[in-house]
Amino acid sequence: METFIAIYIFILAAFTGYEVISKVPVILHTPMMSGSNFIHGIVLVGAMIALGFAETGLEKTIGFIGVFLAAGNALGGYVATERMLEMFKSSKKDAE
Amino acid sequence: MLNSEIIIQVCYLIAAIVFILGLKRMSSPTTARLGIVWAGGGMLLATAATFFTPGMGNIELIIIAIVVGGGLAWITAKKVAMTDMPQMIALYNGMGGGAAAAIAAVEMFKVHELEISVEILAIIGGIIGAISFSGSIIAFGKLQGIIKGSFRFKGQNLVNLLIMLSLILLSITILMDFELMRNPVVAVFIIALIFGIAMTLPIGGADMPVVISLYNALTGLAVGFEGYVLQNYAMIIAGTVVGAAGTLLTQLMAKAMNRSLGNVLFSGFGDQSISIEGDSESQGEMKPIESSDASIMMAFAQKVIIIPGYGMAVAQAQQKVWEFSQLLIERGVDVKFAIHPVAGRMPGHMNVLLAEAGVPYDLIYDADEINQEFKNCDVALVIGANDVVNPVARTDPSSPIYGMPILDADYSANIIVVKRGQGAGFSGIQNSLFFLDNTRMLYGDGQEVAANLVQTIKEL
Repeated sequence: METFIAIYIFILAAFTGYEVISKVPVILHTPMMSGSNFIHGIVLVGAMIALGFAETGLEKTIGFIGVFLAAGNALGGYVATERMLEMFKSSKKDAE
Repeated sequence: MLNSEIIIQVCYLIAAIVFILGLKRMSSPTTARLGIVWAGGGMLLATAATFFTPGMGNIELIIIAIVVGGGLAWITAKKVAMTDMPQMIALYNGMGGGAAAAIAAVEMFKVHELEISVEILAIIGGIIGAISFSGSIIAFGKLQGIIKGSFRFKGQNLVNLLIMLSLILLSITILMDFELMRNPVVAVFIIALIFGIAMTLPIGGADMPVVISLYNALTGLAVGFEGYVLQNYAMIIAGTVVGAAGTLLTQLMAKAMNRSLGNVLFSGFGDQSISIEGDSESQGEMKPIESSDASIMMAFAQKVIIIPGYGMAVAQAQQKVWEFSQLLIERGVDVKFAIHPVAGRMPGHMNVLLAEAGVPYDLIYDADEINQEFKNCDVALVIGANDVVNPVARTDPSSPIYGMPILDADYSANIIVVKRGQGAGFSGIQNSLFFLDNTRMLYGDGQEVAANLVQTIKEL
């Protein structure tokens, strides 16, 4: 990979993350943290590749642990965030 | 590039875009729900596409790992009570960090030529991931109550510094000679894991949210670095976005708690509680009130502001409190909820707990939004909160919480404090609000008290 392209991507992504979250109201801090926690669950893709190309027993073992942990990150993060956000209701739209 | 590779890359690209849009949507309560669903779709797409990477083997192993790991996480996340959510976030985050470390380990054990820049990022990402893994697990243990107290000794910072130096030195030896030096690689990971534990153990429970948020950002960063190693743009973008967003979120949280990040990591006020003098000159007497009187007082008020704290959630009183508020609203009382940034175990946690009880978010106000309104407020009902309404934070420069933003409940015409007993709060600091002339103490378990309040108002 072109090192410089990677650095550009890195910088732009960092600015994006900073901008996207800079106006979050305090009421959403916890769900937001949970949501961003879910998004780095993309590590699952990397763990799958690591295990997918593992050859020795040691590599396979570590790779397996990696995929196991990454899947936990992604699914746990999703369900936790979704459960929290599901509950936020406005009094205007739907009076129960 | 093969056709299938192009398709996979397009899937990753879509996933990266959807992640950013989803995160953006999550920053407003009206669109937040859709935001996480979008991001979930992106994740599903990226994961499915990865299975078709040319040359992938061990498919059965991958599927088993996903089903077991994902399944366990799915079940626990579905079951966990909302009050315990912060430690679960810590746990899932730690798993992500561990996964990043595992990727680094696999890549470093492999016998292949790596560019020096790739080597450096692989090892840094691995170290950060491992620290985040063990640190998050300690954070989980602390909030869950498995690990009690804080382990502190003199020169702890020095020891941590030494651990960090040894990490750096070892990493350099590996980089100098990458020819399959397994022993230092193993050592680096072990030391990184120890470092995560040593860094987190001394930090008190009250500061844990900031620490969890920090580890969240670190995991993001580690994922970004490992993305570079694997030449996977989706990982670089998603990881870096989270790394930056998480850093900002950590700063916001630390600010809301009136602490600097360095302070959180290297001092340890988190549960300094015991060491603080229970300054006894604070003062005068607490005046009790019966729940029926309190209920009537609020029923005939024009404006009531409710200040809930974690104590209310522990007593599982939020449903009853909301029921009581609804009855007040029916009588024409203007009811608002005032939430301090650090109410609950994490900034925003109380909002989640109130939302679970059914309180609509447009009745819930931040400290900044509502502090001017206490002057015109007839009754401020403090339930399960303590330090966040302590006027000492404004008046007494010698107090450890001096300067912390608080809710100005003391400006209200009347104050009712629901409290189990007469003791001091989480931080162990005496609350001068309780001794004001217009403050009444309503003793009892939060849920019982709220039930009594409801009872009285129904009989009116």
